[in-house]
Amino acid sequence: MSARPATTAPAPAAATGSSAVLDAAGLSFAYARSGAGFGEVSLAIGRREIVCLLGGSGCGKSTLLRVLAGLEAPAAGTVRFLGQPLARPHPRSALVFQQASLLPWLNVFDNAGFGLDFKHQPAADAAARKARVREALAAVGLAAHERAWPAELSGGQAQRVALARALAREPELLFADEPFSALDAITRAEMQALLVDVVRRWHAAVLLVTHDIDEAILVADRILLMAGRPGRIEREWTVGIPHPRDAHAEAVTALRLNILSALREASATGVPPSPTPDEEPST
Amino acid sequence: MPATLILPLLGLALAAALWAAATLLLANETPILANFAPAEAFRALSRLAIDPVMWEHIGVSLQRVAVGLAAALAIGVPAGVLTGVSRVFAQATTPLFQFLRMISPLSWMPIAVMVLGVGDAPVYFLLAFAAVWPILLNTAAGVAQLDRNWLMLARSLSATRAETLFRVVLPGIVAHILSGVRLAIGIIWIILVPAEMLGVSAGLGYFILDARDRLAYPELMAAILVIGALGFLLDYGARWLYQHWLHKG
Repeated sequence: MSARPATTAPAPAAATGSSAVLDAAGLSFAYARSGAGFGEVSLAIGRREIVCLLGGSGCGKSTLLRVLAGLEAPAAGTVRFLGQPLARPHPRSALVFQQASLLPWLNVFDNAGFGLDFKHQPAADAAARKARVREALAAVGLAAHERAWPAELSGGQAQRVALARALAREPELLFADEPFSALDAITRAEMQALLVDVVRRWHAAVLLVTHDIDEAILVADRILLMAGRPGRIEREWTVGIPHPRDAHAEAVTALRLNILSALREASATGVPPSPTPDEEPST
Repeated sequence: MPATLILPLLGLALAAALWAAATLLLANETPILANFAPAEAFRALSRLAIDPVMWEHIGVSLQRVAVGLAAALAIGVPAGVLTGVSRVFAQATTPLFQFLRMISPLSWMPIAVMVLGVGDAPVYFLLAFAAVWPILLNTAAGVAQLDRNWLMLARSLSATRAETLFRVVLPGIVAHILSGVRLAIGIIWIILVPAEMLGVSAGLGYFILDARDRLAYPELMAAILVIGALGFLLDYGARWLYQHWLHKG
């Protein structure tokens, strides 16, 4: 019965045409020195959709996120954000990294509001900015810690502030690059649940880069498996398991096995373990 | 009273007792040394505390510290930023800086007086010259250790160059600059007294020589106490600034 437990639910209305927050076509990128990067990547992220980019280390998934976020320019291809070509990080996007990267000279409140008054951000008066920061901090459970300093926070709390900093910008799309991989398992599980909760309330879409299969399964509406060198998107799953997903162990396990076997396949056929990837293919 | 206060006070009291015992013993053979006893020194100190002339000397010395420190900051911070940013500049200057740093600033005294004349100018020069190295080296280390994630954060917020510089880079190196300032204040305070013993007519260093010439030995000891106390307070202030900035109090 466990044939295809995960792909039955309807895909969240998304992923095509004008309803997409982000639309990328024919993207490629290569680092000059190592040649590492990715090629021929096309993907779309729908409004309010949580997409996980899953892959092993070195497959180019973090680089892909940086290109999609507008932090790096692609070698080829285009990225459109809300229909507009992207030249630099869009004001309606926000990033969360593996490190919280809080500024130690600002308290929690000012960290969460950092950058809202920058020149290239949408204009908002000080009172509106404050209200947004306050709301974001309340959502991540740190309303009582507004005046605390980053040095006084635990790793999980710091990452909550980083999440609040992203939410305060009221993003259409939240980019998250392994945001929980530096946290302990219990804190990680809390943060995963929190992320799903807050992005729903903020009506934001998410692109979450992770190497953790379980994280992808617990969080994602859609999982993109990235593998190869240069990296490509090898497989795609739409996850229809209702939240909270740990209550549906059987479906989760089946999807997990499915992804694992796809990973094995990708590493068996996708990339020959060649020590000389830079040479021309000999036929 | 907490132990953190009792133990330091106990240490100070013990040192004062040893000081009293030493002057008492030595005064048997050299009676003039009785003038250096703690009781005499503290009597002189309480007299000097209400003497406007003494406060003038203190003011002059502190002003020299401020000028020397300001000059060292004005030169050390930009040079340190340059060293942190430019590999070429760093490689070209590191051996030179390490060489100059190891020369006692007082060695330059004769040259400084010849070039800058008698007065405050050579003292300022010596203080700035002594203090510039820790500021420069700490600034360079601060720039080199600037968290790359902060810069990425700035880019993800589409920060302009000015926003990146004033909202991320400069605040990001203040802690390093302040720890350089703390070291610099320590060095300046040590260099100040001997520097004031040459060619100036005010300041704590001058006061020590003047007290000696007037045979006012209790005042001389009092001046030493003042120098120690002020140095302690300056260092305390610098440390407070540093911790206040880092919010680790």
